[in-house]
Amino acid sequence: MSTLTDPPPSESFRLSQLIYDTRYRSLTIQVVAFMLIMLGLSWLVSNTVQNLQALGKDIDFGFLGQPAGYDIGQRLVPYDSQATHARAAFVGILNTLLVAVLGCALATVLGVTVGVLRLSKNWIVARLMSVYVEGFRNIPTLLWILLVFAIFSEGLPHPSTFRPDAETGQAESTMLFGSIAMTRQGSFIPRLVYADGAILFVIAIVLALIGIWALRRMAHRRQDATGETMPVLIPSVAILLSALIAANLIISAGSRSNELSLVAVGAEDGMSLAEFSGAAGRIDFCRIRGSGGSFSTQNLLDEREISYRAREFFGDRDSARGLARGECVMIAVPASEAAAFAAELTPELRGDAVAVVLSDTVLEGPAVQVEVPEITESGIARFEGGIPLRNPLIALWLALSLYTSAFIAENVRSGILAVSRGQTEAAFALGLRPNRTMSLVILPQALRVIVPPLISQYLNLTKNSSLALAVGYMDVRSTLGGITINQTGRELEGMLLLGGFYLVTSLIISGAMNVYNQSIKLKER
Amino acid sequence: MKRSVIFGALTVAGLTAGAASAATLDDIQARGNLICGVTTGLVGFAAPDANGEWQGFDVGVCRAVAAAVFGDPTAVEFVPTTGQTRFTALASGEVDMLARNTTWTFSRDVDLKFEFVGINYYDGQGFMVPTELGVSSARDLDGATVCIQTGTTTELNLADFFRVNNISYEPVPIETNAEAQQQYLAGACDVYTTDASGLAATRATFENPGDHVILPEIISKEPLGPLVRHGDHDWGDIVRWTLNALISAEELGITSANVEELSAGTNNPEINRMLGSEGELGAMLGLEPDWAKNAIMVGGNYGELFEKNIGENTPIGLARGLNALWTEGGLLYSPPFR
Repeated sequence: MSTLTDPPPSESFRLSQLIYDTRYRSLTIQVVAFMLIMLGLSWLVSNTVQNLQALGKDIDFGFLGQPAGYDIGQRLVPYDSQATHARAAFVGILNTLLVAVLGCALATVLGVTVGVLRLSKNWIVARLMSVYVEGFRNIPTLLWILLVFAIFSEGLPHPSTFRPDAETGQAESTMLFGSIAMTRQGSFIPRLVYADGAILFVIAIVLALIGIWALRRMAHRRQDATGETMPVLIPSVAILLSALIAANLIISAGSRSNELSLVAVGAEDGMSLAEFSGAAGRIDFCRIRGSGGSFSTQNLLDEREISYRAREFFGDRDSARGLARGECVMIAVPASEAAAFAAELTPELRGDAVAVVLSDTVLEGPAVQVEVPEITESGIARFEGGIPLRNPLIALWLALSLYTSAFIAENVRSGILAVSRGQTEAAFALGLRPNRTMSLVILPQALRVIVPPLISQYLNLTKNSSLALAVGYMDVRSTLGGITINQTGRELEGMLLLGGFYLVTSLIISGAMNVYNQSIKLKER
Repeated sequence: MKRSVIFGALTVAGLTAGAASAATLDDIQARGNLICGVTTGLVGFAAPDANGEWQGFDVGVCRAVAAAVFGDPTAVEFVPTTGQTRFTALASGEVDMLARNTTWTFSRDVDLKFEFVGINYYDGQGFMVPTELGVSSARDLDGATVCIQTGTTTELNLADFFRVNNISYEPVPIETNAEAQQQYLAGACDVYTTDASGLAATRATFENPGDHVILPEIISKEPLGPLVRHGDHDWGDIVRWTLNALISAEELGITSANVEELSAGTNNPEINRMLGSEGELGAMLGLEPDWAKNAIMVGGNYGELFEKNIGENTPIGLARGLNALWTEGGLLYSPPFR
């Protein structure tokens, strides 16, 4: 520091100072390093472009607009093989997000439970949880995925064993609780189907949530002012339930007496359902996923023992397209709109086919009904109705959740152990009961330690979902990054898009979790 | 750290740059062996035997090319590729050629920038189902769960077939033939669909082949053949004419047994030109004069390869059908060696 005593003589800037003067040296190094990195990057890019040119390829994203040509089994939105590659990528993105959300939720529940139980004073429970954690986190994810998949696709019964035997009338396998079918081709669970106006349920839930929020706020205020606590859990549940029941009553009042007409393609004017069935042989019925009207219509067809086959669509637009293409020939629409619907549909149809309204009507039925999967009676044995959960989805979901939950359990354990024992003792000394101690004293402090590594685990799970390829789950890696690339030969473009998607998703997840982290972290005043 | 990443990236880029250059033949000769992309395992076409040696019809083509280049049928390294990885492997230069049940299509030839040098098996897509499913036509497959190899033409044909016939199905995408076989036998899918030859080969490995039937419908044309990268025509010519030599050999009656004898000279000028005792066809390809003789010596002519690997006397039991010589009512027709 002695140099500071002498003020440096003012001198002009010399180039050598960039290297020998400590004031400039670090800047010089950074600028040089930056330039080298940029040079390297530009060399990589130009090399790629040159080599692509040598192969006669260019960079072009036009392939996204071409028809994909392949089918996707598990999907959340309308899609068929005539849709574009972009649409296929979108279906894949939704599938990735589906398994990521399901996985993160289950992993959190499992992880928190296991993490807390690992600290249990019960020796057996604590040891069992240790085995769980060490077992799952020390074996690669891929092995777990393949193992779960093998168990589901080889251990469960074949769908045909659910079909009653012709002689005895007994089936070899039965559904769980009479409503859940677990087969080696996938599991099928009941689906709730709603009558028209189900949007009212959403409104009811939103209103109930606002009510609950107001109630909790009031309870807080009251506790701050008077020190008295007020029960919130039971009133909250009561608010939600009563809102749902009220919505149900309102919708049912309309829908129970709401008449639906059947619009059929290829029928003659004024035909009844029985006559149409007689003329057409087997009716291809357009079932709309989750629609109470479609469900009631199918019940009617079953009741009258009319031979039909249901093709499932995702909504009004999708089913109208199905009708136009001839994939199905009959659909249920509200009686008041039926004539207009038929008139609008007719010009869309192939050839000179005409859509007409049949003379029979169907009642829409109650606001909510339960559609239970059923085994087909003839043809290839498979389940119809309900929500299909294919084995790849289940395998990926379970395996990712189990694997990640082991890491989350350790995060939770470390978070709880990070809160000093004195905190518990102090809370006990103030007269707080153990569960209130946990929720008011330990957890808020433990969360500060738990949440940051939890973000990483969520990111890991989301990115690990790209292992879906191993079991044929059609996530974005399998659609855009797999089949699309393979069919179009656009490796670079596909991989860039894929990388971009994972990057954006990860940033969004970590951004959202960081917001949560901000809200619970230690607030210094 | 940053620097090592950059150097790593540079190295990778440099390597791919080198591999993608032309003059494949020079690279192969410098390396001392041919790298041939094959399936991950389809008995009869390409699969390792009990000793770990690759055997099969497609493997035979690879060995013939290696013999034509080096005079040594063992100077070949086999790289198993899946339906999804094969094109990237070929385009990036990881393999020199593919001989892997790959269908010659317009977009693969034109858009993916590959060169199909010929057709070594005329195939079509079929369906295999267990007998107990009670299905006798592919049109009865409404609602079936179908195992399908992803990244193949069969995947696209399948979608078209079901759409055109207005029946629905549930695709179960799988990567390799072995995986498909396992899923199919477990009953995780009702139907397995791929090229009819592949179905026959797969069924031959079942414990009870009689419990499974191949449905009569053939829903597509699947001309299978070896392919190389676009751009290096010299190398493409070598693979093309090796395949043609195998086909011509059958037509001209050259077999692995008599090729040695015939190469000394015959009174058929085409045989002489092909086997190198007359003319300079080998030199035109940049190979030894006895290139075709070496290629035929390995596993014999096309007919011998067929009979030995997939013919009627093998468990796979495929008839020649379309794959007979043109003189015998088939489609195999090699341009003349002149």
